[in-house]
Amino acid sequence: MADSKGVLICGEFMNGNLAAITTELLGIGRKLANDIGEDLSAVLIGEKVSDLAEEVIRFGADKVYVIESPLLKDYVTDSYVGVMEKLCREVAPNILILGQTSMGRDLAPRLAFRLGTGLTTDCLELSIDPDTKLMLSTKPVYGGNALSIVACEKTQPQMATIRPKSMEPLERDDSRKGEVIAFDAGLDESMVRVKFIERVKEEVEGVKLEDADVVVVGGRGIGGPEPFAQLEALAKLLGGAVGATRPPCDSGWLPPTQQVGLTGKLVTPNLYIGVANSGASQHLAGCSGSKHMVAINKDPEANIFKVCQYGVVGDYKKVLPPFIEKVKELLAG
Amino acid sequence: MNLIVCVKEIPDPETPASAFAIDPEAKRAIPAKDTPPVISPFDEQAVEAALRLKDAHEGKVTALSLGAPSAEKVLKHTLSMGADEAFLLNDSLFDDSDSASAAYALAQAIKKVGEFDLIFCGRQAGDFDSGQVGSGIAEILGIPSVTVAKKIDVSDGNARIERVLPDGYEVVEVSLPALITVSNELGEPRYATLKGIMAAAKKTVPVWNAEEIGAEPSKIGAAGARTKRLKLFIPVRESKCEIIEGENDEETAIKLALKLRAVKLI
Repeated sequence: MADSKGVLICGEFMNGNLAAITTELLGIGRKLANDIGEDLSAVLIGEKVSDLAEEVIRFGADKVYVIESPLLKDYVTDSYVGVMEKLCREVAPNILILGQTSMGRDLAPRLAFRLGTGLTTDCLELSIDPDTKLMLSTKPVYGGNALSIVACEKTQPQMATIRPKSMEPLERDDSRKGEVIAFDAGLDESMVRVKFIERVKEEVEGVKLEDADVVVVGGRGIGGPEPFAQLEALAKLLGGAVGATRPPCDSGWLPPTQQVGLTGKLVTPNLYIGVANSGASQHLAGCSGSKHMVAINKDPEANIFKVCQYGVVGDYKKVLPPFIEKVKELLAG
Repeated sequence: MNLIVCVKEIPDPETPASAFAIDPEAKRAIPAKDTPPVISPFDEQAVEAALRLKDAHEGKVTALSLGAPSAEKVLKHTLSMGADEAFLLNDSLFDDSDSASAAYALAQAIKKVGEFDLIFCGRQAGDFDSGQVGSGIAEILGIPSVTVAKKIDVSDGNARIERVLPDGYEVVEVSLPALITVSNELGEPRYATLKGIMAAAKKTVPVWNAEEIGAEPSKIGAAGARTKRLKLFIPVRESKCEIIEGENDEETAIKLALKLRAVKLI
């Protein structure tokens, strides 16, 4: 694709609106497009999504491709890869960015291989090299112990997925103008080899982990499912939510939907309280965006103390009950 | 049923940050002295997924790894868990593979293994966390892929798969052959039994080079890579943890609560 031009982002939705990741993609996409002096386009895929096209323009796009079909109601690999392939072959973007979301994780790699181009996933930062005009993708590797900067030098589109909450959206601008294009993807049911059967919700009630201002996390050291009730009590007092590192979820102490980490939920609370968790890099990748971190752990060498602001070295079974009592008292007073 | 699992040897992801070091020239981690490399955890769960199907339906499990000669250990581990055979892809021509060239080499090796019903990979390798090789192999072989699986049942030439979603899971169906990437929600992988370890010790792990898998030199290693790592570095972290101390646990706990109140966090 020698004449590849422009930046293209792939939007996502949440409860009939643009998902936060979409405005984040538009924010970074706009910046990259400005830096290479090209247009920013967005693609919206779904059963009925054209109503949101104007909103995408207000958040920074010059052009919006709308691909609608009842076959695109739910995300299915084959149909989404198929329509994205067709769009990319026709539009020939220079840069293509998706979210490192449930959809993006599945769609982006398969699409990159179909298009024969390079992809860097889970990026925290994207920029343009002032000399080569290539996109530089920064992503955490080795469980967040190191950062890697990657370029896709030979093929287009240069592809990346971005980690949610890592990029700033633009201010919404109602005066912004753009073009909306209905794109005929020529979708054919025979393309779809993986059949969608049903979706099952398992989320716990109460404050959602990803949105919570306070997150109380328990680790392997909690020792079993019952003591999580204490963490629940503390979270409830503070109006927050309870999460866990991978071992408690793998052991079934808490449902997998409450796992915080690289492959679980990504949390960015104002206050994070880690209880009896070592601070494995896999977990920290999911909570390093917390504004303030507190840890209670009996091992003074635990890695969690290297990333938190306040720590208590002690057995949580002895520390947590008086802590909860005092918090209760302070909040009541 | 013929089941193939792709596994990767990686530096132990539990290596504490203090023992973690990199070679900025080679743009790779320097293996920590006291922590030997391990099988990537999600790949171990992929082996478990294949073994569960073997337990239920009979069949053969073949493990493949693209890596250094030391990756033989990781393959031996899959044999001791219950895999039937294992092959190591090793050749200096594979050096500096990215996801594209690794997926191509593994796809070539899969063709050499021959018939398969399902291919399993971990959802992502625990070193670069890229999560591309599984989907890439499927694309190269022209078969469907289902990612982040937590439960797999096979009947009448179809696989019924539960895929992990942020708020639960979804159920999909696909006809075989297909490729599945496995997530940790599958559950703990089995331990190797003593019998398994003894049996694995007796098996050899044949090594295949680029020519033996019929790989085109332009598609493997650095030559076949579509991405280039320009830089690898350890980010600077400020670590200023204030340890709250008291005469006893209760006093410490109260001091912590008072501190958090003083800085307006509660």
